[in-house]
Amino acid sequence: MATAVAHASDGHAGDSGHGEHAHYTTTGLEHRKIAIWAFIGSECMLFASLISTYLIYKGRSKVGPMPHEFSCKVSNVVASTADGVAALGCAAADVMKPILDIPVTSQSTFVLLMSSLAMVLALEGVENHGKPGYDRWFKGSKFWLAMTALMGAAFLGYQAYEFTAFVHEGLTIKTNLFGSSFFTLTGFHGAHVSAGVLWLLTLLAIDMKRGLKGKNDVLVVDICALYWHFVDVVWIAIFTLIYLIQ
Amino acid sequence: MSDQNTQAAHPPAPAHATADHHEHPTWKQYKWVAFWLTLITAVEVWVYYTPFKESSLFAPTLLVMSAVKFTMVVAYYMHIKYDHWIFKRLFLLGLSIATVTILALLFLFGKLKIGG
Repeated sequence: MATAVAHASDGHAGDSGHGEHAHYTTTGLEHRKIAIWAFIGSECMLFASLISTYLIYKGRSKVGPMPHEFSCKVSNVVASTADGVAALGCAAADVMKPILDIPVTSQSTFVLLMSSLAMVLALEGVENHGKPGYDRWFKGSKFWLAMTALMGAAFLGYQAYEFTAFVHEGLTIKTNLFGSSFFTLTGFHGAHVSAGVLWLLTLLAIDMKRGLKGKNDVLVVDICALYWHFVDVVWIAIFTLIYLIQ
Repeated sequence: MSDQNTQAAHPPAPAHATADHHEHPTWKQYKWVAFWLTLITAVEVWVYYTPFKESSLFAPTLLVMSAVKFTMVVAYYMHIKYDHWIFKRLFLLGLSIATVTILALLFLFGKLKIGG
């Protein structure tokens, strides 16, 4: 971005101890904050391409398992009910059930949504560091950062369980078009969650070591929070488009 | 931006340097957003197990509910509602391109058709 007015000397618009360095652009906005919003905007395009690919390939798989339909291992016929597949001549032992497990994914969705609440409370804890009432453990940033990371890890656990179950049921990334587009989309999202959990654990370690306080630390946590919420909103779209709508 | 001790060493921040300082939603608002997110998700999952699933309105209804959840998280948790317009436009630019890309590809590959 443009050169900051304050950069004319040493690049620091302000320094208030704790190694704080605020870098302002000519817009008057912190350049790291502009960068994260630009990054989030570009990430929207990445996930749009992955979601588009999934939707385009939806219903075009030649062999099962299918996301919402019953299919036959032998004849590859597809129907919306088990009886429908049987009526098309498929033996009961060859019927494959719809593979998406909505109850399990609903739980993981709830966990990820609640992790966003924990994240805003962590940011509030950093912003109000040292203020009366915020010295209690359940109001502090350490607790909420740990909770956010824990819920992120739980979401990843649900995803690992789901992927393992799918593989056991015969769906891998190379089984059919559904498998390829599904694992690519949800795998990319899982990779983003993993990066977020590592980021949160790093912030938690810094918080444990020296405490997160001051304007620079608020900004650093705010940027991490924006990334985390973005990962959450992407999942909101994935849950509806991939899991619920047939 | 700078305290008195450091002003000598560093020039003061430009007058507009605080433009990215914004208000945040309150604790109460955060809790209400979490409540509505949970409720809408519960309704989405409940609807999935009802006969309404077979209706032609099922997908549009879910898309509206999902859009409401998306907007709530972006507006309140990502506090874009309270933030500077440049952040808002950076995000909306990416989101608009993403939405148009999805729609264009769905039309191109025959998943959506004008006039049914």
